[in-house]
Amino acid sequence: MTGLEAQGLSYAYGPKQALDDVSFSVAAGTFCALLGPNGAGKSTLFNLLTRLFVAPSGTIRIAGHDLRAAPRAALAELGIVFQQTTLDLDLTVLQNLSYFAALHGLSGRTARSRIDAALEQLDMRERAGEKARSLNGGHRRRTEIARALLHDPSVLLLDEPTVGLDAAARASITDYAHGLAGQGKTILWATHLTDEVQPDDALIILHRARILATGTARDIAGDTTLQDRFLTLTGAAA
Amino acid sequence: MTAYLTSLHAIVTREALRFIHQRERFVAALVRPLVWLLVFAAGFRAALGLSIIPPYQTYITYETYIVPGLCGMILLFNGMQSSLSLVYDREMGSMKLLLTSPLPRGWLLFCKLLGSTAISILQVYAFLAIAALFGITMPGWGYVTVLPALVVAGLMLGALGLVLSSFIKQLENFAGVMNFVIFPMFFLSSALYPLWKMAESSELLHDICALNPFTHAVELIRFALYVEWSGMALLWTVLAAGLFAAAALIGYDPARTRIGRRG
Repeated sequence: MTGLEAQGLSYAYGPKQALDDVSFSVAAGTFCALLGPNGAGKSTLFNLLTRLFVAPSGTIRIAGHDLRAAPRAALAELGIVFQQTTLDLDLTVLQNLSYFAALHGLSGRTARSRIDAALEQLDMRERAGEKARSLNGGHRRRTEIARALLHDPSVLLLDEPTVGLDAAARASITDYAHGLAGQGKTILWATHLTDEVQPDDALIILHRARILATGTARDIAGDTTLQDRFLTLTGAAA
Repeated sequence: MTAYLTSLHAIVTREALRFIHQRERFVAALVRPLVWLLVFAAGFRAALGLSIIPPYQTYITYETYIVPGLCGMILLFNGMQSSLSLVYDREMGSMKLLLTSPLPRGWLLFCKLLGSTAISILQVYAFLAIAALFGITMPGWGYVTVLPALVVAGLMLGALGLVLSSFIKQLENFAGVMNFVIFPMFFLSSALYPLWKMAESSELLHDICALNPFTHAVELIRFALYVEWSGMALLWTVLAAGLFAAAALIGYDPARTRIGRRG
């Protein structure tokens, strides 16, 4: 079964082609890294996958639901961590999470127990009463990941979630996301850093609006390191 | 159904929390109409002679005349202010949370609209209370019957704010809204002078005023404050609200917009 599937996606900002006939699929319960240099089209792809934009052509299926034909069922299966923080800084962690839960129709005891569980999982429970503004970058990210998991989505999209974090926070969040894939969630992790990708991860390399390679990280790297392979691929294409 | 009510509750609460966090906004929203009422109106009292026109049954002072217009002004400014906060939400990314929720987008936008209208109405009542302290009072029941009129007028102006927010690309462009929306709407209306006065100066300006939905919102409030019915004003205000709501839905349709493009 596929967790996430895209077929023939294209998108242009005026004359500038941001995505050109992009197709890929991610098997359920897989950690898939979407690797690409800045400006490759990763954020545009995320905007299409989250239905902030609708592509003029192509189809997207999230946990089997067609995003165009059944957007609500598809979005219900989707957890999203945006590149830029989307926390309300004047509200506490708990208030931020409760607000999000309500946007997904969760309230009362159900919401409260899900929030507790999500905060517990991310080691954020004792910070529930703190204002988002007072959290450091790593803790803000954890809060956002906890929030993205509240409605128990089967697919989780993370758009460069480690930007601006120190090495320890980066490693811990990357490991956590790998663990989620082990628990059956489908993860699409956009990044431009090859050290966040493990050899067994599924990998998609996006460059200049097109997909250059798909496969496991180990197969794509071949007999060189992923970093070298990535630079060769994107350099050759440039 | 409960999912709808849950989201409504959360969105309205968030608007209220945001409002409580910005007390200056509340004060500013009150000071503006009070300056008009207590300074501007006092100065113009002598210059403007008003004849008896419905819903008034006797000669009234200019201060009394402009109270409904100033109620409309509070709703107008708040409608635009909430559109400003939507543009801000979009730049900050929190609008994305709303737009990627599995609930229908139209419903979520309506919740936003309802939340901001409720806050506007609180401010209108605070203004009416202060006006009453200065001796500018309405018939007792008027304070009750004006409520539905304020809801309709507030939703209409809030929907206009939504439309604008879907088209304004950046926060900086908001000054344009001030010049090209708030001021023309306010001055080309019956808020400050009755339309027959305007007709004496210019037929064209009178016709523009008569088409302005804000004129009808103000008249709706004016009649309701005097416990009178004005079907025409209600009809125009509701029609305008419907039109703006439809335009807002188009503006926020993911197939047509590029919301989220920035950040």
